[in-house]
Amino acid sequence: MSGPSDFQPSNPALKWIERRLPIFGLIHSSFVAYPTPRNLNYWWTFGAILSMMLALQILTGVILAMHYTPHADLAFKSVELIVRDVNYGWLLRNMHACGASMFFFAVYIHMFRGLYYGSYKEPREVLWILGVIIYLLMMATGFMGYVLPWGQMSFWGATVITNLFSAVPYFGESIVTLLWGGYSVGNPTLNRFFSLHYLLPFVIAGVVVLHVWALHVAGQNNPAGVEAKTEKDTVPFTPYATIKDAFGVSCFLIFFAWFIFYMPNYLGDADNYIPANPGVTPAHIVPEWYYLPFYAILRSIPNKLAGVVAMFSAIIILCFLPWLDSARTRSSKYRPLAKQFFWIFVVVCILLGYLGSQPPEGIYVIAGRILTVCYFAYFLIVLPLLARIETPRPVPNSIADDVLAKSKGRAATAASVMVALVLAGGLFAGSTQNAKAEEGGNAPPAQSWSFSGPFGKYDRGSLQRGLKVYKEVCSACHSLNYIAFRNLADAGGPGYSEAQAAALAAEYKIKDGPNDQGEMFERPGRPADYFPAPFPNEQAARAANGGAAPPDLSLITKARSYKRGFPQFVIDFFSQYQEQGPDYVDAILQGFEDKVPAGVTIPEGSYYNKYFPGHSIKMPKPLSDGQVTFDDGSPATVKQYAHDVTTFLMWAAEPHMEERKRIGMQVFFFLVIFAILMYFTKRKVWADAH
Amino acid sequence: MVGAAATVWPLVAQMNPDAATIAAGAPIQVDLTPIAEGQDIKVFWRGKPIYISHRTKKQIQEAQGVALSSLPDPQPDSARVKAGHDQWLVVIGICTHLGCIPIAHEGNYDGFFCPCHGSQYDSSGRIRQGPAPANLAVPPYAFLTDTKIQIG
Repeated sequence: MSGPSDFQPSNPALKWIERRLPIFGLIHSSFVAYPTPRNLNYWWTFGAILSMMLALQILTGVILAMHYTPHADLAFKSVELIVRDVNYGWLLRNMHACGASMFFFAVYIHMFRGLYYGSYKEPREVLWILGVIIYLLMMATGFMGYVLPWGQMSFWGATVITNLFSAVPYFGESIVTLLWGGYSVGNPTLNRFFSLHYLLPFVIAGVVVLHVWALHVAGQNNPAGVEAKTEKDTVPFTPYATIKDAFGVSCFLIFFAWFIFYMPNYLGDADNYIPANPGVTPAHIVPEWYYLPFYAILRSIPNKLAGVVAMFSAIIILCFLPWLDSARTRSSKYRPLAKQFFWIFVVVCILLGYLGSQPPEGIYVIAGRILTVCYFAYFLIVLPLLARIETPRPVPNSIADDVLAKSKGRAATAASVMVALVLAGGLFAGSTQNAKAEEGGNAPPAQSWSFSGPFGKYDRGSLQRGLKVYKEVCSACHSLNYIAFRNLADAGGPGYSEAQAAALAAEYKIKDGPNDQGEMFERPGRPADYFPAPFPNEQAARAANGGAAPPDLSLITKARSYKRGFPQFVIDFFSQYQEQGPDYVDAILQGFEDKVPAGVTIPEGSYYNKYFPGHSIKMPKPLSDGQVTFDDGSPATVKQYAHDVTTFLMWAAEPHMEERKRIGMQVFFFLVIFAILMYFTKRKVWADAH
Repeated sequence: MVGAAATVWPLVAQMNPDAATIAAGAPIQVDLTPIAEGQDIKVFWRGKPIYISHRTKKQIQEAQGVALSSLPDPQPDSARVKAGHDQWLVVIGICTHLGCIPIAHEGNYDGFFCPCHGSQYDSSGRIRQGPAPANLAVPPYAFLTDTKIQIG
């Protein structure tokens, strides 16, 4: 994009096109011959990583939209059907959902890199501002995307965020009504969010083109922060940058795959597996991890309008960065003070993120206020002041000099920084887990599950026994709406044959109709039917159970969680611990005690449960020894029942887990080899450039 | 200029609530007889939860006894209930901070507590503590008889 290219294709057909539309010249000059500084480090590969993520999000998103239904009554179910019934639907959904997190993770590194090396300074101001615009668009897109599954966190996140606009003086309420298309968040809101969520990524792609254009006009910044002057300072984009980016991308994909295949729910919130309910607010409303620092700023200001203004200013202030920091030296490498303040700023941002996930009370509020001041002080006081008082170290004369001066220990530094980064990322992301604090319940003991870990598989016997427990006990009150009889014969499930599943279905009476007389009738179940619910609707369930409707159990092991706390959630990231839900369900089933401890009062019609938040549960003790007999001689104890039925419910919530973990292993194997090959190819290509 | 504005208008106006939504937001009638003293019910009107509380003597006294100067959004209790129906408090159960649903009978003021950001309301639905800027809104309503109200 830096002027007309002298590139001429040799193929006559391409020549014919090139004379009419010089597109090959454009590609050649932008991505092949384009001179890139030779001293770029791996932080510069995040541009390529982000381009890939955008393409991947658009691709998976367009496919998901083919299966998704944007309607308040159907959205939650359609997402579940994507995951359960669409071929590889679970994979596409995990890629898209985790992809959003990865996209933000990469963009934060990209932004901090720009901040550290002064990539926003003259002549790259417009390039930087375009980046801020992309970031804002990403935030809007991410938020609207999070609303689409229409779970509890989707709904209440949408309520809280749209209500931010009610802080606008005079027009606030009208603006909010306009956004909602109703008197509260509802179906019209979901519909327009879907429409905009589909549109905005293409707008982002458009701004990315401008961003790259601006980059190719000004030229890339580099770690030394000196402009390329001679041929010796640069290498052609292809093969040098291309291969380096390919290596960076393949490493990033390994990190990405860890989430897709092994911990798809680590970054999500358990509450979002509960369908949206406008009548109940979750105890802690927490946005996705990538918004947490700004959420912390919003909450630390006691005045509503000022809080909203502060939150938006925290992002908009980035646009003014090129003028706030007027220091001549670009790279913080040569600015001893700026370097220290930069790292303090990074820590401030991570801590703000942590605070954003905590309940807004006591010490957290005070800490939030101090850190909010620090955040703004960095931009408004520290950077302008440093530009005046700091004496920078001398910068190298040229990029070539910088390369020569480098010691060989660079790869080791990059690797250690990478590890630190993954750790910090895990910590930051994991802090959401903290937000799921459950007051007044004991932490359930960790159980050993056959399905945990990277090679986990469901224990078939346990699944079959669990199904029996569900049928004979739980199904009296709890529905299992997303499980059809045919699923019992699915691979990776309880291991029944199709005939057995059909026989089991035939035991049930299913309501069908209307027939030719216009009347509803009952018929024996077929494999395609779903487990019938014990109550016709929520109100009936509520009325029959003392006011508390028994929840559907299809997703219960994913919809329940408990506080893991620091540093446990960091360890969880590496140990792939994903069994909070099963541990909790198992503990609840065993946690009933007849003797209520002193100091706890249980209302009439409720029961004491050691592990239930608040200890007062409406469900009476469901299981007792000897209640269900197993054919395979397993002990007829509550402990065994609880374990089996929890295993069964885990399968009900995650029916493709075995396939997921199996494919995950293959993908990992491939990616690791691919990354190693890329690394050596890169070494070979760069051998003469160092 | 006028043409441009006239063209843009439908494109923006379509976002507002449509005719069906507005029609569904018509007034509703609520029978108060089943609500015992000290209890409350939650009804939905225009997709918003509305708390109807049958206040106890103690709650009424607390609501009336507060010095107005100590309130962030000063409003006497008499302005928040209908004259002669002191025992009935009807408020929209949406926190004026960021729209969560406060929980009844919780918090330090015998009123409502919002679990999202910790705002606390008293037995008159007035903000007492926390980030919310205003009292819980009172929806338009009228007593048709002593035991029946119409909301809207």
